[in-house]
Parts: sequence; structure tokens; C-alpha cells
Amino acid sequence: MVLLFVCFCLFVCFSLLVLLELSLMLALLTKATQFFSSGHTNNWAVLVCTSRFWFNYRHVANVLSVYRSVKRLGIPDSHIVLMLADDMACNHRNPKPATVFSHKNMELNVYGDDVEVDYRGYEVTVENFLRVLTGRLPPSTPRSKRLLSDDRSNILIYLTGHGGNGFLKFQDSEEISNVELADAFEQMWQKRRYNELLFIIDTCQGASMYERFYSPNIMALASSQVGEDSLSHQPDLAIGVHLMDRYTFYLLEFLEDIHPASQANMNDLFKVCPKSQCVSTPGHRTDLFLRDPGSVLITDFFGSVRKVEITREAINLTNPTELSLRNELKSEALFYVDQLPVADIIHQKPKQKDWHPPDGFILGLWSLILLVFFKTYGIKHLKHIF
Amino acid sequence: MAALSRKWDPLFVLVLGSLVFSCKGDVLKTSNDRTESISATKIEESSPQAADLGDLRQSDEAESNEDRKAFTPPPPNDQFQEEMVIRPLYSGDIYASFQFRTQWDTDFLHDGKKVSHYRLFPKSLGQVLSKFSVRELHISFTQGYWRTMQWGQPFIPSPPGAELWVWFHHTVTDVDGNWKELTNVLSGIFCASLNFIDSTNTVEPSASFKPLGLGNATDHRFLRYATLPREIVCTENLTPWKKLLPCGSKAGLAVLMKSEKLFHSSFHSQAVHIRPVCKDWQCTSTAWELRQTLNVVFDLYTSGQGKKEWSLFKMFSRTLTEACPLASSSKIYVDVTDNPGGELFDLSPSSPLISTAVVLGDRRTYSVYDLTKKETFGQLRSLNLLLRWKGESDDMLRPPLHAERYVSGFGLQKGEIHTCLYNSHPYRAYPVLLLDSLPWYLRLYVHTLTVTSKTRENKPSYIHYQPSKDRLRPHLLEMLVQLPPHSVTEVTVQFERALLKWTEYTPDPNHGFYIGSSVISALVPSIVAMDTNSTRDRPLFSSFFPTKEESSYFMRVYTEPLLVNLPTPDFSMPYNVICLTCTVVAVGYGSFYNLLTRTFQVDEPSAPLAKRLANIIRRLRGVPLL
Repeated sequence: MVLLFVCFCLFVCFSLLVLLELSLMLALLTKATQFFSSGHTNNWAVLVCTSRFWFNYRHVANVLSVYRSVKRLGIPDSHIVLMLADDMACNHRNPKPATVFSHKNMELNVYGDDVEVDYRGYEVTVENFLRVLTGRLPPSTPRSKRLLSDDRSNILIYLTGHGGNGFLKFQDSEEISNVELADAFEQMWQKRRYNELLFIIDTCQGASMYERFYSPNIMALASSQVGEDSLSHQPDLAIGVHLMDRYTFYLLEFLEDIHPASQANMNDLFKVCPKSQCVSTPGHRTDLFLRDPGSVLITDFFGSVRKVEITREAINLTNPTELSLRNELKSEALFYVDQLPVADIIHQKPKQKDWHPPDGFILGLWSLILLVFFKTYGIKHLKHIF
Repeated sequence: MAALSRKWDPLFVLVLGSLVFSCKGDVLKTSNDRTESISATKIEESSPQAADLGDLRQSDEAESNEDRKAFTPPPPNDQFQEEMVIRPLYSGDIYASFQFRTQWDTDFLHDGKKVSHYRLFPKSLGQVLSKFSVRELHISFTQGYWRTMQWGQPFIPSPPGAELWVWFHHTVTDVDGNWKELTNVLSGIFCASLNFIDSTNTVEPSASFKPLGLGNATDHRFLRYATLPREIVCTENLTPWKKLLPCGSKAGLAVLMKSEKLFHSSFHSQAVHIRPVCKDWQCTSTAWELRQTLNVVFDLYTSGQGKKEWSLFKMFSRTLTEACPLASSSKIYVDVTDNPGGELFDLSPSSPLISTAVVLGDRRTYSVYDLTKKETFGQLRSLNLLLRWKGESDDMLRPPLHAERYVSGFGLQKGEIHTCLYNSHPYRAYPVLLLDSLPWYLRLYVHTLTVTSKTRENKPSYIHYQPSKDRLRPHLLEMLVQLPPHSVTEVTVQFERALLKWTEYTPDPNHGFYIGSSVISALVPSIVAMDTNSTRDRPLFSSFFPTKEESSYFMRVYTEPLLVNLPTPDFSMPYNVICLTCTVVAVGYGSFYNLLTRTFQVDEPSAPLAKRLANIIRRLRGVPLL
């Protein structure tokens, strides 16, 4: 009897073990299939703050907190285009220079020690933003200022600033409209510059900015609906300004819990900052997105994918060539130039100016004079002149 | 789950490999069970930093050394030195100057062989030098203004904002094209808006800014100078600057560079200077020298809390634990000239090494701490220099040359720029070269240019003036003026402000427009004899400017940048005008049109309710209405 009981227990344990193993295998398989089906091979982020002046400190803090999360989750600086329209960290009004805080009582410095801003100050304009997105930059633009994405890139675009119904204000002097933005994304799609795009905007009436999108594979989130204002979070009395906007504050809190292997998906992101916390109603748009948002991981956009391929082939390295010594030309001793050669300067000959062909104005003037002359005096005098 | 792990190891490895790595390089190790099947070793994943920021790959060299025992690497032909000078200033502030020097015996400008192996010299700068055929490059980023009267002379002067001057090689055919591309590339390397340097703020000085390196050809057509006085310096400029150092910010003196302390100072300046120098004492061939300098002045009240006591920890919030392993020399110099018997301040830990150097025309004594020796760090394995003041210091010696600049006048139409040059030497007169580059929207009246010393006119022995072209070229004014001893020389010129096109205004035009600093280059008489032997081993801070004669030394002084208000239109005006005009047109024209085209009809007043009801009943009956 006891033996039977023991056998029965063993059988139950064994079956449980097998079931557990099977479920684990299944989970791994789904993870593996998910991994191979996400379709992207690299991640990019374009983070833009469009506001100038010290009282817009919170917009810079917004962008820097997203930058910090994105860097922490693995996207390197070379794949992030960070645009800050004004400098808050080293602003002379900042009581703690080289810091930008997101929480009051100076708990979290989102500026950090390792930040690389690609576009700053006056460079943050609508034209530069659209050029970065569409890739139509002048040939001498350095790589750190370019969005070198391809058709397998997932791009995160985050905009913050002051906005209205259908537009976003850049630097208090120009606006970008939702139509322009939608057209820029369509250009990106036509040139196959993205695989999937996540667009997050934290401005007043932010939902109006994604109304006009018509390119596939775009998911958009906004901090407020049309007709609503996005509000700021809390001020810090020592710094004297509001530190963050509500939506991005709760977004940062949510992202701080995400780690690179996290399985949180977009449905969790849509739940960030409900109306009770945000006062405005965050909105989202997923109709252009092909995959189900529940199957899209947060790390698909905020993190970075590196596929590692292990090879078993041996690689032959060539022997380094012996470095030939430089020919020691016996030349005369070189010397340093005199920094202020007074005698030479005083007797300096005037610079030879390069000859330029005469200006259009001069040519026009001379031709007018000649015309009047020959008109009055007739052409027969020509041979006396030449 | 041992049984499970063996089967799914490859999958684990793949899944693990796809996980995110931080941007510093990480090392991925396969699981120990499968070492025999998966070929050996570490999969090294390098951080995908931007290709233009090179970094030192020490592990590569170590691996290559293991693999090829037969191949012996050639002796390194580059060396790295780092040093820091701490100089207490008379106003109670403290001045710390870092200098990192990499000297490399190679030839970037040689056409045949392309340099491809970089060790201590950063690859990003090496590629820039060879691509644009640069002979000398000097770039500096400064926050704050150097107060000469309170602090004395800096070791490496720099103007507020960003300054870039470059000597190109004489083989370059299109200097302007190279200059434009170079500024764009440098703006990417240093995360600064150097791409705003264009023909409207670039000048070609004709006598100033002679090359600081070796060479004999000085055709000024290959020199370009530009300054951006509005440029902000912050951590994003310090980060790539630190990445250019061989040890990064992980070892040596660079661990002290914490941005929260460095930018909370009265003056912060970081610079990169690249020039060819003598390879050895014979000076028959050249080597490339890269100097990275960082000068910072900590204020007594904001950083020092009002107490005259300074230490490395108070200044930088870090202490030193080791020298950079790649450095051939790593030293700290503390200026103790004013403290001969120790009665002014206490320096601890005290150092047995004392050295003197002639710098800025004066013989100064320094306490030297050699970080390559273990004894310097003491028992705690960390070095924290402490200076505690005991007595009051005397007044500072007046610096021999000092300059000021300001705008006078009122209104938004005219103004006058005054530059005052002070020569405080009691009996020696010396020449100075004044370089002024003013933007085109200040229309200078050069006929009002006057130079007066001691209320008498002082005619400059050399004037070079290049007028501006609207939207193309700035003004360039260079003058060689002899400053009489113990005098003030004032240079004044009147100007008129231009009205810009409305698209040319910055987004915050009411802040004003910055005018770059004037540069004053001078050969100032020195108090002690200068050392003209340029190849002797000298501390870095005393060997920046080459000295040609013993009785004077070369220095540069920068004036303040000016802030000038231009007549700014009201940018809301077009909107207001449109609203007003449309309203007037609508109301005026509309009423007029209505008057002309409206026809009037007599309309019966509406009947009271009873009558209307009666009318309805009558209509039903078919009877004529009331």
C-alpha cells in the first residue's frame, strides 16, 4: 500500500517535471520566435526639445530623461540624435551648474556626466529637424548629426515643447505643422528609412500632431487630446522653475522599471499617466501599425538590439608588414617662427589680392557709357578708338 | 535545471547575445559547458561609438602579443605626459591648469603612406589632420572671462566662447573649402555649433597668429581665424574632449574632471592645440604634438565657501589614486613662490621636490609631486593636496599688459567702440599688435579711428584694414601700436548699426548680438631672463609659446566680448498688421459695398399672436387674410 502510494507520488512529480520542462521550452520557443520576428536589426532615437529660455527648463529635462532611459537600455550615442534648443545645465541662472534635475529636491540628475548633444542652441530649427529625418543634409555634415537608419531600423522620435492644435513651436520663432511632419514620415517610408517608428509627443494638444499620419508602421503617443493642455509636474523652489511635465515624469517612472530583458509591451505604455495623474488624457494611435501592440516590446524601441553571430571558422590574420623607417633626410635645422617680428610687420608688402573679373554692375555701367557714346557720336568713330 | 541547460545552451547564447549591452564595451562569455565546441574565448563586443571618436584598444594589443610570439612590436614612437599646475591667486581664488601632451613621431601630410595605426594619438584628430592638410590647429572653448587685474596672467590665454584658428599646409589649393569642411567635422567631434563659422565671421589675419610650431613659410593666405563668442561650454563639450585622452577619464589626472565642479567656477577653458615640434634636440625633423589643456579658476565664495583653504577634494570632489599607466611623466606643480618659509600657507603632504621655472617672465618656485612614484600617494593610497592659509598675502604685482573694451553711446543707431590698453611697466615701452574682427552689421567709420596715448596721438606703425562686405565678410583691423611706458592707450572708432533682414535675426534678438574679443599680441619685457633653448626638458606649462630672445616673452591678451543691441523689429507686427488691415477693409469696404448694392424692401411688421392665429384659421377657410 505504502509502496503504491510512493510510486504514485513519484509518478505525479515526474509528470509535473515534464510539464514544467515542456512549458519552459514553449516559453523559450515563443521568445525565440518573437526575437526573430520583430524584424529590426538596429535602433535609433531622435529626441528633440524645441523650447528656448530658462522658464522652459522642464522641456529640456523631459528630453534628457528620455535620453537617459534610452541610453541606459542600450542605444549608444552614435545612434541617438539629441537636439536641445537651449542650454539649461550651464545656464547662468542654474544654481547647480552642469545639472538638470527631474525630481524636486534634486534627486535625479538627468544630465549626467556622459551626455553628447548633437544639435544645440540655434541649430534646432524646423529645417534641420526635417533634414535629419529625411536624410537630406549637406555633404559636410558629420556622422553624429545624421540619422543613418536603414529599412531594418526601429526609430523612436520624441518631441516636446509648446504646441497647439496642429502645430509645434520651435524656439519661439517658427512652427512645424502636423502635415509637414506626416509628409516627412512619408518621405522616410518611401526611402525605406525605417522599419517601425514610435512617435511620442509631450505638448499641449499633442494628439493633433499625429492625426495626419498616413505612412504604415507608425505608432504614436501623445500626452493630451485636442483641446486639452499638458500640465507640468512640480516646481523646485531652489531652482525656481517647474522641473518636468507630468506625462514625461510618469513615463520616466515607468521606464526606470524597464531593464534590457524586460518583457513589458506597448499596452503597458499606453496605460502610463491616466487622467487621474496627468489631468490631461493621453492618447495613442495604432491603426497604422501592422503588429499587435500587445506583442511589441518596449525594448523594441527604447532598447537596442544586437544580434551576435557566432562563427566556428578560423580567421587568418596577415602578418603585419615591417614598418619601414622614415628616410632621415639630412635637412637643415628647423626653427620656430618669430611670434611678433616687428621689423617684418612694419615693412610688410601689401597682400597680393587675387584678381576677380569685374562685377556685373561695373560691366553694366561701362556698357551703358559705351552705348550712349556711340549712339551720340556714331559708329564711325570706332576705328579711331581701336 | 542542469538537464535543460545543456540542451538549450546555444539558444541561451543567442538570446543572451541579443540582449542589450551598455555603451561601454562589455564582454560576453559563453557558458562553461560548451567551451570545447564553441571556439575559444571571449566574444569581444566593442561599443559602437561614433567612428570619429577613436579609443584605445589595449586588449587588442595584448591579444596580438600572445598570438604572434615571433613578431616583436616596434618601439613606440609616441609618448604622453600629463601635468597639473595649482596656483593660488591673490584674490583668494585658486587656479588649476591641466596639460596633457602627446608627442608622436609620424608624418600626416606625407602623400605616399597613409597613417593607419594609432596608439596614443586620437584617431579622430589624426584623420582630420591628414584629410584637410592641416599644419596647425588651435581650438578652445571657454566659459567666463579671465580677469587679468585680479588673477594675473594665464598660462594659456583664451577668449570667451569658441575660438578656432588653423594654419593649412602650403599644398592646399582651396583653403576656404577645406576650412568649411573642417569646421563641420570639428563640430561633430566636439559637440559644438562650430558649423556656424562661415565667411561672415572668418578672417585672415595678416600679421597676428603666427604659427606656434616649426616651419619657415608664413604665407598668411593659409591662415584662418574665427571666433564664436556666443558659444556655450558644458558637459557635452567636455565629454568628447576627455575621450581624446589616452587614459580617458579613468586614470591619471583626468579623474579629477567632474563636470559638476568644473563648471561651477569663475572661469573654465578647455583647448586642443596641435602643432609640429622638434623631434629631438637636433631639430632636423618634426614630430606632431597634441596638447589638451584645461584651465579652471575656482571662486573663493561659490566653491570655497568663503574659507581660504583649498584641497583637491574641495576643488574637484575627487582625490588622485594613480598616474595614467600610459604616461611617461605625470606631475603636479604647486606654486609656492609667495610662500618661501611656509608663513603664508601650509601645504600638505609636503613634497621634497622643489623646482623652479621661468614662466611668464618671472621665476617661480614649485613644489613637485611625481605621481609615477608610489611614495607620493602615502599610506592611504590617495593624494589629496591641502593648502591652508595662515596669513594675509601682499598685493599682486600689476600685470604688464592689460586691456579693456567697451561700447559707448546711446540709442540704436550709432555707437563708439573704445579699447583701452594699459602698459604698467615703469620704464619700458613695447609694441603690441591689436587684431579686431567686427561683424558686418556694425558699419565702421574708419576715418574716426583714433589712437591716443597720454592724451597725445599715437600713430601706429602698421595698419591693415579690410572693409566688410554685407553678409559676406567681417571687418578686419590690425594695428601695430607702440605702448609708451606707464600709460593708457585708447583706440576708438565710431560705428553705425545696420538693420538686418527679418530672417537674419536670432530667435532671441532682444538679448543682443555678441562681438568677438579683440586679440592683443605683445612682446612684453620680462623680469628675469627667459630660456631660449627650446629643446631642453621643461615643464609643459612653460614651453607653450616659443621664446626667441631673453629679455621679453610673447603673450596674448583677450578683451571682453561686447554685447550690442541692434534695432530689432517687432516680430508680432506682421500678424497685427494683417489683423488690423483685414478688419478695416472688411468693415469699410463691406459697408460701402452694401450701401451700393443693397436693395430695400418694405416689410410688414409681424402680427401679434391673436392675429396670426386668426390668419391661420382664415387661410384654412379660404378667406382673405387680415
